[in-house]
Amino acid sequence: MKTTSIMIVGVGGQGTLLASKLLGNVLLKQGYDVKLSEVHGMSQRGGSVVTYVRYGDKVYSPIVDQGEADYILSFEILESARWISYLKEGGRLITNTQKTWPMPVITGTVPYPENIVEKLSAMADVTAVDALKLAEEAGSSKAVNVVLIGVLSKLMDIPEAVWLQAIDETVPQKFLELNKRAFALGRACGAGE
Amino acid sequence: MKKLMLGNQAVARGLYQAGCRFVSSYPGTPSTEITEQAALYDEIYAEWAPNEKTAAEAAVGASLAGVRSFCAMKHVGFNVAADPLFTASYTGVNGGFVITVADDPGMHSSQNEQDSRHYAIASKLAMLEPSDSQECCDFVTAAYEISETYDTPVILRTCTRVAHSQSLVELKDRDERALKPYERNPQKYVAAPANAVKRHVEVEKRMEALRAFAETTGLNRDEMGDTSIGFVTSGTCYLYVKEAFPEASVFKLGLVNPMPVKRLADFAEKVDRLIVVEELDGVIENHLRAVGIRVDGGKDIFGLLGELSQNRIREKLGAALPSFAAYEEAVPGRPPVMCPGCPHRGLFTVLSKLKLTVLGDIGCYTLGSGAPLNAVDSVLCMGASIGMAHGYTKVLGEDAAKKTVAVIGDSTFMHSGMTGIVNLVYNRGIATVLVLDNSITGMTGHQQNPTTGLTLQNEPTYPIRIEDFCRAVGVQRVRVVDPQDMAATEAAIKEEVEAIEPSVIIVRRPCALLKYVKHNPPLSVDPDKCKGCRSCMKIGCPAIRFSDKKASIDATICVGCGLCEQMCRFGAFEHKEVR
Repeated sequence: MKTTSIMIVGVGGQGTLLASKLLGNVLLKQGYDVKLSEVHGMSQRGGSVVTYVRYGDKVYSPIVDQGEADYILSFEILESARWISYLKEGGRLITNTQKTWPMPVITGTVPYPENIVEKLSAMADVTAVDALKLAEEAGSSKAVNVVLIGVLSKLMDIPEAVWLQAIDETVPQKFLELNKRAFALGRACGAGE
Repeated sequence: MKKLMLGNQAVARGLYQAGCRFVSSYPGTPSTEITEQAALYDEIYAEWAPNEKTAAEAAVGASLAGVRSFCAMKHVGFNVAADPLFTASYTGVNGGFVITVADDPGMHSSQNEQDSRHYAIASKLAMLEPSDSQECCDFVTAAYEISETYDTPVILRTCTRVAHSQSLVELKDRDERALKPYERNPQKYVAAPANAVKRHVEVEKRMEALRAFAETTGLNRDEMGDTSIGFVTSGTCYLYVKEAFPEASVFKLGLVNPMPVKRLADFAEKVDRLIVVEELDGVIENHLRAVGIRVDGGKDIFGLLGELSQNRIREKLGAALPSFAAYEEAVPGRPPVMCPGCPHRGLFTVLSKLKLTVLGDIGCYTLGSGAPLNAVDSVLCMGASIGMAHGYTKVLGEDAAKKTVAVIGDSTFMHSGMTGIVNLVYNRGIATVLVLDNSITGMTGHQQNPTTGLTLQNEPTYPIRIEDFCRAVGVQRVRVVDPQDMAATEAAIKEEVEAIEPSVIIVRRPCALLKYVKHNPPLSVDPDKCKGCRSCMKIGCPAIRFSDKKASIDATICVGCGLCEQMCRFGAFEHKEVR
């Protein structure tokens, strides 16, 4: 099988690392060769963060380059605009519609761009969801990551039970029910396309 | 059994499997997790040392005592550890001794982009370079075998993409090793001139033997394919080459110092075009050229800066690139910022207001240099703030000293700030030093340090108090402030910069991300009271927004620290749940 590439992008502190851990776990269960690449340190702290996930029979490079991503899972809409060039032709962007202002916008140096979802939809296949609202509906704003994983799960050809088992193994026991609700709400959105 | 492991986690697994018993390191991205993960194995004693030099010396001592020992550091940490390591090259080892150095091409979290391979050449130490997590694990055992066979410390070089990528690792059992008894041997271990002269002869013999080893070891391998192009590469670049040119012939170096010159010459003979792919400096390329091997492309194609990738290699060699479309408008940058509730924010707001010359240091507080605080004049290396403040104020005198401070964190102070304070006292300096004590090593992800009262394993130990240290070495003016109280912090700084003698202010409040730190509910803004003066925007808090001439708060990230409230003259910030 050819290597498939997924990027998880967002803002430091949004829980992108848990999402990549979950996804890695799922792919491992499916018997794939898997590589994940993340950057720690200075790039967290509210900065733009990106994790690369690649899987297939044999994966070489741990990173995804421009025009190579089959899926981009974005936790923040401005980050979707930043990373859209990494999507391959025919790839799909799954994006949270949440806005987190970066410091240049907060300080008034530049405005937060408008109508990003519309503009991105003209460029590529886009699934846009209000993951924050769904996470709150599930019980916590922190569950945005699992909502988005839920959306992705519907678009990928892997049985739901595998995802649920990975959630079971990855999230702390006391947040398990909350995360299962978040996953189900996300998965329902993925079906809407 | 196969497990998905971070490169650093795999190095730690390699240490376990190789029977390593002693690890001493100082945290540094991207090397930190090795030591944290090694500490999880009961069979390995692991510790955080105050700096890389102390860590390396402790590991040399453990090797002398007869166990396999180890220390990890980031590339700039090697600068600090270089002194013991260069001479440990002469004394050799008893138990095997391996050092991991993690380079950071692209400077994801570093102040420079130095290439550690130069150190291997300069110190005459063997250097191995893994490409993925499996090799991170396997190369540790190989490194110990080289170390003990050739009586030498061995360096394992990683980079950000190896250290912080996860891939599959086949787990093996531990090879428990007996203590190798220490035998007194001053001719070997006392690096005094008369002995060292003879040891240098041994070092050169060893390099000769290692060059012969390089020609036969499985650490290096050729993968012959299409011979119209042949790549010589190593580490993460090997993976990029395989991704970009899967059919091409590749010579993969696992041992990057010394290099297998004969095998490389044979490889060069077999291919039409020999291309060297390496990040940072042309270390492999220059060596090939020096020994007379034809190189058809290297740094002239790829340059000296930053990281490579599969696309960059494709592009530079004229291969087709995948098509893509970029977003049509400029996308605002998202630089890292101090977290909501960060104790450094209050201090830097004051420093920004007072318009002081701030000689900074390495840590989260380096972020005080960014907009809108713009409160840092220099950042050089670990501990430099104090030394620089001394030199700066010595030259410019009392008036400048009244407008200058050094800023350094607690862990950085323990790392290499202490000697700066001693210099300040000893040489009758007049600088003011602010020690930002947030009770943890923050930027690298919360490691304990000598001031926190806890070891790497979170066991209680003696907490070194920075104020006691400063008083003990002769600083007469030492005081403690809470940066959350900006008025008190401002008053203290104004007083201390006026004093024409060394003074130290400990600016103390725990990191907002520590689990035991309790936060308040998010604040909210009363739009009727907000006059749109933007005072609250000066603190650079990611939780405050400003639109339609009013401030508002992002309740999902506000931790209710109340700094914005201190900035507001109209009482517009309110303590209540917004939803």
